[in-house]
Amino acid sequence: MRIPILKLYNCLLVSIQWELDDQTALQFQEDLLQKIHETNASGVVIDLTSIDFIDSFIAKVLGDVIDMSNLMGAKVVITGIQPAVAITLIELGIGLNNVLTAIDLEKGLEKLQQELGE
Amino acid sequence: MSIQSCVTIINEWDIVAARQLGRNVAKELGFGTVDQARITTAISELARNIYLYAGKGQICIDKLYEGGKPGVRINAIDNGPGISDIRQVMEDGYSTSGGLGAGLPGVKRLMDQFVIESNPEEGTQITATKWLR
Repeated sequence: MRIPILKLYNCLLVSIQWELDDQTALQFQEDLLQKIHETNASGVVIDLTSIDFIDSFIAKVLGDVIDMSNLMGAKVVITGIQPAVAITLIELGIGLNNVLTAIDLEKGLEKLQQELGE
Repeated sequence: MSIQSCVTIINEWDIVAARQLGRNVAKELGFGTVDQARITTAISELARNIYLYAGKGQICIDKLYEGGKPGVRINAIDNGPGISDIRQVMEDGYSTSGGLGAGLPGVKRLMDQFVIESNPEEGTQITATKWLR
């Protein structure tokens, strides 16, 4: 299963709705970068509201895709991190520092527009 | 008293199977969402270590009852090359894989009890337990 990536004006919207296996995560990484390239999107919001756990592998794939998107010129905001996910990530020793985050999709889009200076 | 079920770890799909088993057991025992996430994450990290470093092994999940208190015990067993310096792998930030797979110190923080035994002849066995509060 591939994760759908939607275009909204100059942004891309991604809502991850199910538990990620390695293949899906890596496929998503490629798909997102390809979509940024195709659409010239300047921002991306990745919503994790439905995700109830993130291990070090998924965290690495996410962190990498954020860095890769930045390299291409697109800013990424992560939204909807659940309390259980925040707790386990920090206890695991993964801070996801320098990552833009917001409480929900709405605030995420606002933050993105601010970052893009629009 | 303990009831055990195991998942053989050979490929990355087995990692998914192991953590789903763990999550189901944690749910059945009445763990809350945060502890379910801790247990699931710990299993995922231990299973990934087996996949990355040993190639093959087993994740076994036990339901425990000690003095009427339920708990879940994860046993990660492999016959891989073993860990030559356990003290080193238990240091935060130590990695031989460039950040793939787990920090064992992270797994230790997620769980209540953590025991590691390893030698080059027999491989590695890690036992990690979480008790219902």
